[in-house]
Amino acid sequence: MGNNSLSWKNGIKDGIPIAFGYFAVSFTFGIMAKKAELTPFQAVFMSAANLTSAGQFGALALIGTSATYLEMALIQLVINLRYCLMSCSLSQKFEAGSDLPHRFLVAFGVTDEIFGVSVCREGKLNPFYNYGLMSVSIPGWMLGTFCGVVSGGVLPARMISALSVALYGMFIAVIVPPAKGNKLLGGIILSSMLLSLLFAQLPVLSHISQGFRIIMLTVLIAGIAAFLFPVKEGADEG
Amino acid sequence: MKGNIYLYILVMAGVTYLIRLIPLIFMRKEIKNVYLKSFLYYVPYVTLAVMTFPAILNATASLWSALAGFITAIILAYRGASLFKVSILACLTVFIIELVV
Repeated sequence: MGNNSLSWKNGIKDGIPIAFGYFAVSFTFGIMAKKAELTPFQAVFMSAANLTSAGQFGALALIGTSATYLEMALIQLVINLRYCLMSCSLSQKFEAGSDLPHRFLVAFGVTDEIFGVSVCREGKLNPFYNYGLMSVSIPGWMLGTFCGVVSGGVLPARMISALSVALYGMFIAVIVPPAKGNKLLGGIILSSMLLSLLFAQLPVLSHISQGFRIIMLTVLIAGIAAFLFPVKEGADEG
Repeated sequence: MKGNIYLYILVMAGVTYLIRLIPLIFMRKEIKNVYLKSFLYYVPYVTLAVMTFPAILNATASLWSALAGFITAIILAYRGASLFKVSILACLTVFIIELVV
């Protein structure tokens, strides 16, 4: 038990910088949620229930276009599919004797950051370390959302316009560094952007809803890339 | 017009949780299929790239401020700046450009 308590405390310590980062991102999410006409409770509830930046921003865009529930489910599947890979990898870090309930709880907190920090720990994973990370980063995520929604109305339009690129800046910060020195990945990202532009501009294709456009392009491009350039064993995982 | 917000939230929360849970429960062994592994590896990059561009160009009050923010973010990310830094400085660029132009 002493070991679990220590792991929990270490998790809290490592979770503090994550919580700060989450606050900044979810603040922007709160502002966007306000723009999408969500109430503070709805926005905080969405943050608490989902804990996924890209997925939640994507959801706001879909809610704005009156998407169907199926579209919503599919877009979340596509945007958050990376968590599947992370969970696969995390699954193997678990201590052999760990109970199933721990897996159910840890699963809720599989985010880019929590995964990144916990999977890099030496040795086997103690679920209490993840609980420590979650117990500070989740409140940070919720508090940022709340402050964003509440302040959204009082911030000038200029400021909201500026903050609207925060999410895209974040995405760029995620995809560009791994592409540095990796021409293949860089080429795939560039092709994705160009095809996305093409799909948005072509008369016939631009009628497809944005949600399905993202799904179609992802399956198409990632599918072709996987076929042409299979990733070698031992290569970095997303 | 709009669907029920709470139903949307529950649908997305359910899907997202299952994506995270299923591998932890059922796939305790490493994925061996090279094609599937490669596909999953490329998915986040393609999805985020497609979501970012050209959508970022319509995110702000003007095309030029958005373009400036976009370029700033790419340069900073390329130089290895943190997620937070890239995000905030892209915002700041948009803010300054809109102030000046």
